[in-house]
Amino acid sequence: MLLSEENFQAIDGDLTTRSHAILATDLCKSVGEAPNQIDILTNLQLQVALGESVAIVGSSGSGKSTLLGLLAGLDNPTSGNVAVQGRSFSDLDEDARAAIRGKHMGFVFQSFQLLPTMTALENVMLPMQLSNQADAKKTAIATLEKVGLGSRLSHYPKQLSGGEQQRVAIARAFAPQPTILFADEPTGNLDLATGERIIDLLFSLNQAAGKTLILVTHDVKLAQRCQRTLTLNNGQLSEAGQLGSV
Amino acid sequence: MIFKLSYQQLFSQWKSGDLRVMLFALVLAVTSITAVNFFINRIAQHLNAQGGMLLGGDLVVISDQAIPADYTQLAKQFDLQSTSTLEFPSMVIKGERNQLAEIKAVQNGFPLRGDFNVQMSSRQPASNIRATPGKGEVWLEPRLASVLNVSINDTVEVGAANFKVAGILVRESSRGGDMFSFAPRLMMHSDDIAKTELIQFGSRVKYQFLVAGRADNIAGFSDAITPKLRRGERIQDVKSARPEIKSALDKAETFLGLSAMASVVLSIVAMLLASAPFVARSTNTAALMRCFGASKAVIQKILLLQTAILALIGGVLGCVIGYILQYGLAYIAGQLFVETLPTPNLMPVLIGMSLSFAILFSIMWPHIQALKNVSIMRILRRDEAEAPVKLWLKYTPIVLVSMLLIAVVAKTWQLAFAFLAGILGICLVAGLLAYGLAKLLNRFSQQLKSQYAIRFGLSNLNRRLGLSIAQMIGFSLGAMVLMLLMMIKTDLLDAWRGSMPIDAPNRFVINIQPNQVAPIKQFIDEIKVNRPQVFPMIRGRLVAKNNQAINPDLFEDERAKRLVSREFNLSSAATMQADNRLLQGRWWQADEARQPFVSIEQDIAKTLNIQLNDKLTYDIAGSRIVLTVMSIRKVEWDSMRANFFAVTPLETLKDYPASYMTAFYLPQNQALAMNQLVQKFPNFTVIDTASIMNQVRDIMNKLTLAVSFVFMFCLVAGLIVLYAALIATREARLQESALLRVLGASRRQVTIALLTEFAGIGLVAASVAIAMAIALSAYLSIFVLDIPYRLNASLALAVFGLTAPLIPLAAWSVIRRYLNVPPKQLLNSI
Repeated sequence: MLLSEENFQAIDGDLTTRSHAILATDLCKSVGEAPNQIDILTNLQLQVALGESVAIVGSSGSGKSTLLGLLAGLDNPTSGNVAVQGRSFSDLDEDARAAIRGKHMGFVFQSFQLLPTMTALENVMLPMQLSNQADAKKTAIATLEKVGLGSRLSHYPKQLSGGEQQRVAIARAFAPQPTILFADEPTGNLDLATGERIIDLLFSLNQAAGKTLILVTHDVKLAQRCQRTLTLNNGQLSEAGQLGSV
Repeated sequence: MIFKLSYQQLFSQWKSGDLRVMLFALVLAVTSITAVNFFINRIAQHLNAQGGMLLGGDLVVISDQAIPADYTQLAKQFDLQSTSTLEFPSMVIKGERNQLAEIKAVQNGFPLRGDFNVQMSSRQPASNIRATPGKGEVWLEPRLASVLNVSINDTVEVGAANFKVAGILVRESSRGGDMFSFAPRLMMHSDDIAKTELIQFGSRVKYQFLVAGRADNIAGFSDAITPKLRRGERIQDVKSARPEIKSALDKAETFLGLSAMASVVLSIVAMLLASAPFVARSTNTAALMRCFGASKAVIQKILLLQTAILALIGGVLGCVIGYILQYGLAYIAGQLFVETLPTPNLMPVLIGMSLSFAILFSIMWPHIQALKNVSIMRILRRDEAEAPVKLWLKYTPIVLVSMLLIAVVAKTWQLAFAFLAGILGICLVAGLLAYGLAKLLNRFSQQLKSQYAIRFGLSNLNRRLGLSIAQMIGFSLGAMVLMLLMMIKTDLLDAWRGSMPIDAPNRFVINIQPNQVAPIKQFIDEIKVNRPQVFPMIRGRLVAKNNQAINPDLFEDERAKRLVSREFNLSSAATMQADNRLLQGRWWQADEARQPFVSIEQDIAKTLNIQLNDKLTYDIAGSRIVLTVMSIRKVEWDSMRANFFAVTPLETLKDYPASYMTAFYLPQNQALAMNQLVQKFPNFTVIDTASIMNQVRDIMNKLTLAVSFVFMFCLVAGLIVLYAALIATREARLQESALLRVLGASRRQVTIALLTEFAGIGLVAASVAIAMAIALSAYLSIFVLDIPYRLNASLALAVFGLTAPLIPLAAWSVIRRYLNVPPKQLLNSI
């Protein structure tokens, strides 16, 4: 098993002792080749403390999801560095980053990203099984019950409503007890009422678990529920106060 | 407007990539069937022309009366070349010497197929020419020249005329239909016949009218002339003239037909698998258009038009590529075949275009129909990937189209039935096996506590049960047809090689008297040739069956009429020849050597309606004997060995007058020994079949090459189809692997999960395919191709060993390069 290899144990040890959940320095991301190159992020700096909840807002196309992908190690920056709890991603290959994601990160996507061939229970168990976590089934059932889907364990995604699917995704994100939770427009595909219920659930679970939350949204009201709000504009982050421009 | 919309949507689907997979599979389907059909078509024409060389034309009308002028007119109507010959026995005299010869008078233009090998000067070796003897000239076969002791430029007397010997006729390829004529050949120009004064009223003359041309014109001529045939006239083509060539050509045609069917099945399987993303996207677009106010009729028209445009593009592209590919094949084949292959006809284009439209419409039609009742919201909310279509409705059109295509390509109902039964059987067996195995593997996977990637891969088989079963069936079908072709090809080639070994008899000696049996055996021992069997030959006419007199008028079949109006050669043997096979009844025991039994060859039994236990009365030199049919035998005419239609126990005909015959292989370097034999035993007739056997062997070799080429093409097509099928499910796999990696799976885990799932599919597919291929190849070998079947376990194992890992490796090759793409990019791109 890759996850039990020595280097990952070392990473694991490092991650639990650092005070910064995420530290991004001089982060740049460009796409395309010159002269058609587009700079999405330019020398971006970010520090997120352990247990902190941070909202990243910005207009459509500002690069919020790109930033989230870089912070989670889902994509490679053009230059700069991301360190998760003191461990630099640039030192790690894709598999090592995947191992960190599996054990320390949870994700909630706008489009739910559930595996259609798996039941709600199997979807929630999946990240725990990938990292050989004990009691995956028990934990998954308990988490699904917490999100109010105790009676929908054996349902497939297509048998669930949009709100229910997102609750499964939230359960999947929380069940492995990650250190950091990434949420990318978690209400983007839901109606207002359902969206609010989902956000309540997300924040209450996060509060109870004391996890670091990085939330990408263009919804100002939603962003205000986080401890800190950052605006992404022209490839740079700025502190709240400029929310009116979103 | 509708055309513009259809075109725009197709173009956007092309850009999105869905259409590429679909069109790729469609073009591949059309390409494979047109290329194989173009090639088969040309090979078949070539082989028939090759066969025609043995007759001197593609088709011969044989008559005992002069050929009417309207036959020539009819041949012209069908755009065929034609010529006539006549043959009769007569004495040829040179001084004091004379010899009965088979005179053949030919017109300019003969032969229409093949050539002669003639020595035109005593100082020069024989060469191949395509001409006839000039007026006043004759060509003699070497043994006639030898008996008469004549050389080139000498004069011989035929009837009332004298002729100059202008050449020694070393080989007459067109004698293939009449190999066993006992008298040596003298060939002359037909304009000289009158001056010989040999053809008088009542003379026994065999008239032949030969035609040659395109296969379809020959077939048309044959159909047109058949009702005009007079009594005593019959049609002969290479298949009816030479049983071993007929047998080989039939088997080759069957195999090539099987290959074409294989390409149809492979293509349809690929199309079915590759069409899913296109169908889903089309349905989604249609649902959106319904939202924007388009009526059902407009949507149907757009989808139908799109289907037609696609079918047209796929058909034209496939036909063009198929045509180019077959040119490549024909070029390579042509190099080996030496001769240039004939130009292909347009039939494969017709088949290719029909296939394109038939397949695409049969796949799309159920979905287009289903859109009428679909809930637009369900499509737009992605609750359903496509409009729900009842399973039977979804597959019935494509199954019907497949059946129709197979029936058209198969040519024989037996073959079509075997193939269809095989396909249905494999679907059922593969489905059941896949279901059972998926469940079993899922249960097994629960035991794998620490190997989650393997567990994930195995349980994916169960999670996607429908898709797994469909893929297993698809891969099984593809693998089965390839394995089947491989197994049959090997059996077929082995059978051909075995049927005419290098030491097959090439000299037949007949007219051996009883007191000469021992001396000829001694002579053969002296020339160090393996001592052959010597068979008695008793001439007898079949006069009654079950005490009912038999005469030609009782039969409608021309062959039956001829058979009962001439004498048979009966032979006797204690044991059955090795290349014979009992179909009914039993062979006699040692203590039945004097019993009045007879064993009959199956074709003659069928022609004369002879059944087991019938009592046949033969008239042998004025005495009658009643023989009971104890067995019906199958004779391997391919073997070129001495065989007899009717055989009795060894001593049953002991008291009747008999002569003897033998057949043996004489190496080329001992050919002169035959001159000594004829000098020592002047009454012997020696028939040299070496040159005709070389021709037959040459045709067999070409058939072997053709079979190998077409098989290779099917194999490549099969592999491309496998790849296309994997490409079609690539997106779903990529999405899943990207998500797994987001959730923490390493690339190794993703690879193991994918390989495990496809290994499961490969294992089941290969197992099912090999079991079905063995069963079907046994059926086809025994009942359709009529070749001995033996289980080739090493081939089966080798094929299994190659196929089972091929599927996971192919799947891995499709997804491998995406494993290094960051998951975020992958999720964005899907």
